[in-house]
Amino acid sequence: MPSPVPGSAPAVETRALRRVFRASRGAGEVIALDGVDLRIERGEVFGLLGPNGAGKTTCIKILNTLLFPTSGEARVAGFDVMRDSREIRRRIGLVSGGESSGYGSLTVRECLWLFSQFYGVPGAIAWPRIDELIAVVELGEQARTRINRLSTGQRQRMNFARGFVSDPEIMFLDEPTLGMDVNAARRLREFVLDWVRARAGRTVLLTTHYMAEADQMCDRVAIIDRGRVLACDTPAALRRSVQGGQHVELEVRAPDGGVLDEVEGVRMAWGAPHPERGTLTLKFLLPEERVLGDVLRALAGRGVAVQGVSTRETSLEDAFIRIVGHGLDDEGPRA
Amino acid sequence: MNGWRDRLALDLRAARARAFVRVVGTLREPQGVLLDAVFPNLGMCAYVLLYRGLGAPRSFETLAVIGGIMTTFWLNVLWGMGAQLFWEKQSGQLQLFFAAPCSRMAILAGMAVGGLVGTTLRSLVGVALGVWVFHVRFASFSPGVLIAVFLATMAALYALGMMLASLFLLYGREAWHTCNALTDPVFMLSGLYFPIRTLGSVGAFAAGLLPLALGVDALRQVLMGPAAHGLFPVRYELAGLCALAVLLLVLARLSLEHLERLSKREGRLTQRWQ
Repeated sequence: MPSPVPGSAPAVETRALRRVFRASRGAGEVIALDGVDLRIERGEVFGLLGPNGAGKTTCIKILNTLLFPTSGEARVAGFDVMRDSREIRRRIGLVSGGESSGYGSLTVRECLWLFSQFYGVPGAIAWPRIDELIAVVELGEQARTRINRLSTGQRQRMNFARGFVSDPEIMFLDEPTLGMDVNAARRLREFVLDWVRARAGRTVLLTTHYMAEADQMCDRVAIIDRGRVLACDTPAALRRSVQGGQHVELEVRAPDGGVLDEVEGVRMAWGAPHPERGTLTLKFLLPEERVLGDVLRALAGRGVAVQGVSTRETSLEDAFIRIVGHGLDDEGPRA
Repeated sequence: MNGWRDRLALDLRAARARAFVRVVGTLREPQGVLLDAVFPNLGMCAYVLLYRGLGAPRSFETLAVIGGIMTTFWLNVLWGMGAQLFWEKQSGQLQLFFAAPCSRMAILAGMAVGGLVGTTLRSLVGVALGVWVFHVRFASFSPGVLIAVFLATMAALYALGMMLASLFLLYGREAWHTCNALTDPVFMLSGLYFPIRTLGSVGAFAAGLLPLALGVDALRQVLMGPAAHGLFPVRYELAGLCALAVLLLVLARLSLEHLERLSKREGRLTQRWQ
């Protein structure tokens, strides 16, 4: 019997959630999730932000009842993922970016109808909703085109629409705009925000690689790395947590990336090389009591040619780097 | 939406939708008629011509034509049902099926019904060849018994396909190798182009465990009478087919549940790269 669902049950709740995978060929174990505690309230757009391998998709799979946790507890809409999978599946939707769905011989409309039937949506509700979603993803001209004649981008947009045909209570968007062009991604982000605000209680759990996407869309963000939630707060609060200085970005020509290590007062420096230009981008947080001119003079004294300087406001990326110790695209903290 | 009626309605919708894909695929891909109906029936033509060349009784030609028509269904069960979850996995859709609230059996049942409808349309090529090109002769038969035997055969055959769908995914890294490996042994044991009785008692017993062999034999007996050289009386074969259909459906469900449990536990099987 499914557990009773109080109306106030959070959309998602996990306690000490842990998932361990057996590595192939007896190469030990991989800890994908290591004691994750999350509570996502109804009506929230919640972001799960982390680098590749952080555990985001594993978390989504467990919450979508596609994977058992090794230990711990996970509830969706008040239902336990281990016991009440059918109840959970009725209430959720899933869109994975970069995935395609459907059968080549079906048209876009037919494909969306197919998936609406897997969720038991009556035709009288399904067809108007499908046409609405087709308009949202701007596939009106292709509505009666067979899927095998769509471009990759068009298929991705159709896949996005597919996730919404059942009008779920809780939507899981796993890198939904991955590989999409900028305009399409922006429009779909706007749609998600409109969709979640249109009816009370709709909830979105978004995993993304894109800091700006998380910053723009999410009410709260959990930063996850190596299976652990390192911080969870609103984007503004996360940004505030790293304020207290000036964010500086220098493009320099230098023998190595360690040039900032010896500059007094410079914190949290890391670099990204640009082999095509033979330069290095250095990013660092300059404490309030320090003056940028002193740093530039110190670098000049070490024979480092500074080719560009920019300063900016604290971003979610800064918070991420401060918390995780490296950027999303970096392998790890600079030695 | 918790009552059994709601669940049944959901599963029926899912099955209908999945069947729709198959039927649409049949109608929109006419080249499939060539691959799934014309080519398999060329084997049948070869046997008919062989029997004719050897001066064998005309009943042997009828026997080969019935076998040829049933080949179309067997190939659909093997490639269109058995390998289907593997293809779904490769196309990234399997996890969408597993995340949907409808039962996975409903999706498989939809594939089976759609496959049956589409293949029945394609099998008309074999019927046309037999009747109009080779002028095969049938004994007088009861349409009711023919329909009952045909439906029981199809139920057992597609239930086998539903079971194979999970097994191929569980144990087969590449579904087409498994399909290829199974094609000829089943052709042989099912006596598609010769009387199954020719296999001898052990072979006939083994064939009796295969729904295709039982179905072919029963259909031949209905359409040809004593000239079919049947294995067992039709009523026994009909009962056997019904029993096989139930047994295979239960096994299909169990293997699908096992597949889903394993996929959740191991974190693989539903992912295309795993």
